[in-house]
Amino acid sequence: MSNVVALKKIEAEPGQAQPARISRPVAAQPEETGYRRTVAPEWLVTGLQRGIPMLVGVALFIAAWAILAQQSQSLPGPLKTWESAKQVFAQPFYVNGPNDQGIGWNILNSLQRVGIGFGLAALVGIPLGFVLGRFRILGDMAAPVISILRPVSPLAWLPIGLLVFKAANPAAIWVIFISSIWPMVLNTAAGVQRIPQDYLNVARVLNLSEWKVFTKILFPAVLPHVLTGVRLAIGVAWLVIVAAEMLTGGVGLGFWVWDEWNNLNVEHIIIAIFVVGIIGLALEQSLLLIARRIRTE
Amino acid sequence: MEKYVQMEGVGMVFNSRRGAFVALKDVNLTIRKGEFVSVIGHSGCGKSTVLNLIAGLLMPTEGVMLCAGREIAGPGPERAVVFQNHSLLPWLTCSENVHLAVERVFGGKESKAQLAERTRAALALVGLTHAELKYPAEISGGMKQRVGIARALAMEPKVLLLDEPFGALDALTRANLQDELMKIVAATGSTVVMVTHDVDEAVLLSDRIVMMTNGPAATVGDILEVDLPRPRERLALAEDPHYNHLRSEVLKFLYERHAHPLAA
Repeated sequence: MSNVVALKKIEAEPGQAQPARISRPVAAQPEETGYRRTVAPEWLVTGLQRGIPMLVGVALFIAAWAILAQQSQSLPGPLKTWESAKQVFAQPFYVNGPNDQGIGWNILNSLQRVGIGFGLAALVGIPLGFVLGRFRILGDMAAPVISILRPVSPLAWLPIGLLVFKAANPAAIWVIFISSIWPMVLNTAAGVQRIPQDYLNVARVLNLSEWKVFTKILFPAVLPHVLTGVRLAIGVAWLVIVAAEMLTGGVGLGFWVWDEWNNLNVEHIIIAIFVVGIIGLALEQSLLLIARRIRTE
Repeated sequence: MEKYVQMEGVGMVFNSRRGAFVALKDVNLTIRKGEFVSVIGHSGCGKSTVLNLIAGLLMPTEGVMLCAGREIAGPGPERAVVFQNHSLLPWLTCSENVHLAVERVFGGKESKAQLAERTRAALALVGLTHAELKYPAEISGGMKQRVGIARALAMEPKVLLLDEPFGALDALTRANLQDELMKIVAATGSTVVMVTHDVDEAVLLSDRIVMMTNGPAATVGDILEVDLPRPRERLALAEDPHYNHLRSEVLKFLYERHAHPLAA
């Protein structure tokens, strides 16, 4: 199946405007549906149409930062930060004792914690969401508990983690787990509940086995919702890791930020902010890419 | 006369937030094997409820429902449904949609090649061999409905249940599919129950037309025998006095004896 063919089956109406003829379809579409379908010349046009404003935006941001930095004595400007960043990234993997390691190690350690915590959350949360969505009694039972636990600030879970695991690293992973599980549970459950009754009627009339219902109807119908949940969850996980590491210490971006604050090395803090932001963006974009791949199989 | 589908004293009460809603009351209906029965009535008269009851998607709150001598205890592949909005799974091709049904009904007994052959045959029956690898979104509304019919027929059901199968289609496509359905039913000898609000469709296709009174507490108002010889020809019938007589009988029932409450 070509992309075009597979994409059409998800869209509601085949009679809708042909995106290839619209000059800015990508910009106009919400990221949720994100069906990019641009042909080569359009691609260049769209790229420029979006790219130039982006570059201008970044330039304005840096300019504003530079002006602000000039007014302030303590805030380093873009140039100074850039010089500092070159040094930081010149030797990303040095190890100088447990509390002084290269930026690469900090990033990898943070990513590892997020990966484990988020992975466990997905492993538990997605099946849980399916079960809660499919069996109404269980969903109703879980609803009050989830409603209470979900709005709790992630860091409030840290003492529990420290208490149970008696170590900083598992506690940080626990915080990631508990804060990133809810979007996956809730989105999956909502997706299961929102499956059109028609599909379920088909399943009932055909008398499909529960396994067939799952593989042929539930799973494909819910997959977009699951992926949305995963994307939100990884956003939350990455958001939380810095704060968690500030408190737990060890090697990681959060700890690095705190350490550099104690050293009053503001350039490094700004570098850390950029690194965290860029990695978060990359995580989200890669998940969007996966989502698009799966949907256009 | 073989009673194939029986509804005896069937009542259906829905419990809504505003209290109990009596949709059907004391419905008695017997359908013979190989018969084509239409259920017609104004919207809201519970005709779809009748179909869903036979399908087993709903359980009656009163009365007995039998199919081929056995009580209807739930949905099953021996009573295949063609839904109004086709209800094809959008992530499966036409062929896969049909195959899902074939696999379920014959999977235990037949080889993979036989199952694939059944799928092909069902699609060929509705003239969609060329579209078997297409996804539902890539084909027209009429074609989707034909896939829905193929899926239902592929199960070799005892009873084929059609829930306003052509309601969402344009007039020309509808006429085409009605003709095709007549041919298919003639060829397979299926027992068919069709819900419709189209008088011409009911008279053209049916052996009997079950006319429902208006809800709430709707029931069978009258049953009209359509004794037109088969095969029926749409164009010839348009001039046929008996056809027009039957047609006006249905119209009289719907617009004089049981005019729609909103229109009255």
